[in-house]
Amino acid sequence: MMRVGRDVFIITLFTLVLGFVFSDWVGPYEQTILALCGINIILAVSLNLVNGFTGQFSLGHAGFMAVGAYTSAALTTLYISPEYVSGGVISHLVFVVALLVGGVSAGIVGFLVGVPSLRLRGDYLAIVTLGFGEIIRVIILNIEAIGGARGIGGIPGLTNLYWVVGVCIVSTLALHRLLKSIPGQQFMAVRDDETATLAMGLSTTRIKVRSFVFSSFLAGVAGALFAHYYQYLNPSTFTFNYSFQIVAMVVLGGMGSLSGSILSAVGLTVLLEGLRELQTITQLDLRMVLYSLILIVVMLTRPRGLLGRKEIWEYLPVSLRKGVKKSS
Amino acid sequence: MAEFIQHVINGISLGSVYALIAIGYSMVYGILQLINFAHGEVVMLSSVFGFYVAPYFLAHMDPSIGLFLVVLTVAMVGCGIVGFLIERLAYRPLRKAPRINCLITAIGVSLFIQYFTQLDFVFGAIPQSYPELMSREVYFTIAGAEVSNLQVLVLGLSFVLMVALQWIVYRTKLGKAMRAVSENTEVSALLGIPVDRVISFTFILGSVLAAAAGTLVSTMYPKVDALMGTLLGLKAFVAAVLGGIGSIPGAVLGGLVMGMAEEFTVGYLSSSFRDAIAFAILIVVLLVRPSGLLGKSRIEKV
Amino acid sequence: MTYRSMIKFFVPLAVVVAMSFVSACKKKTEDVITIGEYGSMTGTEATFGISTHRGIEMAIEAVNAAGGVKGKKLKLISYDNQGKAEESVTAVTKLITKDNVDVIIGEVASSRSKAAAPVAQRYQVPMISPSSTNPEVTAIGDYIFRVCFIDPFQGSVLAVFATENLKAKTAALLIDKKSDYSVGLADFFTKKFTALGGKIIVEQNYVGGDIDFKAQLTAIKAKNPDVIMVPGYYTEVGLMMKQAKDLGLKAVFIGGDGWDSPKLAEIAGPALNGNYMSNHYTTDDKDPRVQEFIKKYQAKFNEVPDGLAALGYDAALVLVDALNRAPDFSKKSIRDALAQTKSFAGVTGVITMDHNRNASKPAVVVQAQDLVFRFVRKIEP
Repeated sequence: MMRVGRDVFIITLFTLVLGFVFSDWVGPYEQTILALCGINIILAVSLNLVNGFTGQFSLGHAGFMAVGAYTSAALTTLYISPEYVSGGVISHLVFVVALLVGGVSAGIVGFLVGVPSLRLRGDYLAIVTLGFGEIIRVIILNIEAIGGARGIGGIPGLTNLYWVVGVCIVSTLALHRLLKSIPGQQFMAVRDDETATLAMGLSTTRIKVRSFVFSSFLAGVAGALFAHYYQYLNPSTFTFNYSFQIVAMVVLGGMGSLSGSILSAVGLTVLLEGLRELQTITQLDLRMVLYSLILIVVMLTRPRGLLGRKEIWEYLPVSLRKGVKKSS
Repeated sequence: MAEFIQHVINGISLGSVYALIAIGYSMVYGILQLINFAHGEVVMLSSVFGFYVAPYFLAHMDPSIGLFLVVLTVAMVGCGIVGFLIERLAYRPLRKAPRINCLITAIGVSLFIQYFTQLDFVFGAIPQSYPELMSREVYFTIAGAEVSNLQVLVLGLSFVLMVALQWIVYRTKLGKAMRAVSENTEVSALLGIPVDRVISFTFILGSVLAAAAGTLVSTMYPKVDALMGTLLGLKAFVAAVLGGIGSIPGAVLGGLVMGMAEEFTVGYLSSSFRDAIAFAILIVVLLVRPSGLLGKSRIEKV
Repeated sequence: MTYRSMIKFFVPLAVVVAMSFVSACKKKTEDVITIGEYGSMTGTEATFGISTHRGIEMAIEAVNAAGGVKGKKLKLISYDNQGKAEESVTAVTKLITKDNVDVIIGEVASSRSKAAAPVAQRYQVPMISPSSTNPEVTAIGDYIFRVCFIDPFQGSVLAVFATENLKAKTAALLIDKKSDYSVGLADFFTKKFTALGGKIIVEQNYVGGDIDFKAQLTAIKAKNPDVIMVPGYYTEVGLMMKQAKDLGLKAVFIGGDGWDSPKLAEIAGPALNGNYMSNHYTTDDKDPRVQEFIKKYQAKFNEVPDGLAALGYDAALVLVDALNRAPDFSKKSIRDALAQTKSFAGVTGVITMDHNRNASKPAVVVQAQDLVFRFVRKIEP
């Protein structure tokens, strides 16, 4: 009980302080970058659960994000009358519901996708999840009620940086705690030796599906944040390329390192924005060229990603580490 | 009836294109267990090479099968070199790394080629029209449906290449080495097989096939753009999996089945789901018969 | 990971970040008017962004060469959005809050204009879309303008033309399911065409980027329609026409401004002949303004300008016209001047802003003859 209270306190404190700093001391352009950083952090850490900690390679994360984005947007835009989402306390309560609806629907889709496909391994799983991601997109394209190819606009702009920071902290902390728990250890057991885990009498498929569903849930929440930040959704956002960018974040940061995912999500998001300047100077679109090059080089020189399987504080000298441990 | 026959013919001609590309995927996968995502991009590069060299030859030759073969040869050489470089620079250093790393690198290479080609001084982001290498002629008519020389050519070439490959893989020393490497890389190395060279050769062979596919695709569909390889490559990969990855006749069969499936989905179900059907097939195949139609199943050793 | 390798990673990263923030803080010089542009310079829709950009660039160079607007030079800042909606939001936010642009030009695609327009509206910066034809775009707010006609008009132009000139009773639709432009135009065409007594007998879809349409065309052939309406882009339409000819399809193709590109004739070859498209302007136009534009564009880019280049050019010139009329260069004054644009003679016709901030102007229907589109009919709004 003590622990829960402390968590809530820390989360609230961080959210309020960071949210305040970001919303009031930072310019609007930097804010859009920060919001995108936050959304990408949630996507990266959640994908890391599947790809890094459970050892199952998924390439369809953008599809689950799309499910969350579209269901939550449909809820707030089509089913709830505008007066409830135009601001104030009620609209933020509605938003909590929208976030959960987005997350749960993505989780359900994750379950439906995961149950059949998680029997596959390695490359095959990767390609099947890629396939499901594309199928989800094609289905959205063909639903007229949510705009189809035209996209859906007029989504209330409920996402602010308080929400982004808050969800970011909660999801990362939840993942961190989960991984320390017994079910979390099971994920890593599947990753490290599937056969041995099976021999222990654990259902590896069930463990994998659990990890997949949780990951999809978070992707859905991130999608809901995304939808209510940009206020416009188009199926062309959620292509394979987006999935790939999230994978790149996970791999670059280190598969199996939450802090690595956070660092690389922020790094790559900012880098892509930074390269916009380079483009203005050179008049060439070097962004994706450099982006893919970075990925190849990292794979060749640091195959385990920047942080490997360790968290960033594990790289600190022991004396410093104690201090960090205590305060966390 | 005429409509049905026409759909069958369309399906076969589209399927042979997939088949040609699928062979390249299948071969590389057979040896390295690597989905070479960049394969689709090599197909695209082949069209780009053709786009640049064809005008030089067109100045001296009329559109004919001869011109087609000349451009094809140039594209094959170019793509062979590209394939060699990709393997040497991006995949070889990862030989000992986990397979997922290779997969990620492959995706990276694929995106790199796509966007590098889109740069203004390389090819540019605007689609261009591919020069006419061969004029289309109607060969014969079945129940009102026409079959053209291009369709015959693509189907014929797929089969010729398939037979040639079967010969290389099963009748030559190099092919024997390729099979040995695909069975067990380490033991092959111990037995004195130059593993690196064999893998390089496999990549060159795969890329040469991609070049053939690219030149054919552009002759049939005369549009070149930097992103054309992605979807083609992905569908061809599905075809390879469907046929049983690692199996060359399987790749051809898979390609034809894929072409037909797409054609009939559009013709008799709904064209909205054309792209989804490829993945639906893939998913069903992998879940029901992961080794594909003609593939051998491998049991993972503990 | 060692400290050294961490430094290796973070230092370049920090430099890039710093670069982006520092360069964005450059002081704004007073004697220029900055125009922000966002568009798809790369990606699957790069060709549209590039054409538009060339048109805008040409207009601005011409104005600057002639001394600028009231002694002030125009400065263009362009950002690529890779054809993505969310990148458009970021790009426009940056243009407004970092580069302090006075006005924004963009986008071609309605979906991306719809994503970015709320930002421009929120900051009260006038935005002119050169060629987003979806009606919803300018409905976003009173700072959003366009210099092209809208889909309902183009759809009805095509329907009227098909019924009156081609005497068509039945039509087939072949729609790019991925493109909002295509889906929208098909809708408005269908409404008008059925209202005029026509019938859509078969509807087929494809996805931009496809190269094989024989399946769809075979299914269309079986129904034997009078016309095939393809509200798509030239990138696919060219291949479609070629394959239709191969399949022995006799029906004539009609389509909208998405067809317009010199590349269409190159890709389709002789299969292009006989087909009709509606467009913003025609290269046939004897108007010296149009001929001069075409001549200058060809000299500069070695290519016949397409409709998007012409619209980009007009968007910039409509803006210059408004700047000349505005009492000062505040965003509000520019907006008001834009809203009062009246009978502005552009390359793509005489432009008058209606009260919905849409340009009301005629469309032309042209027919391909010997690989060149020739004027057939002009339809007034």
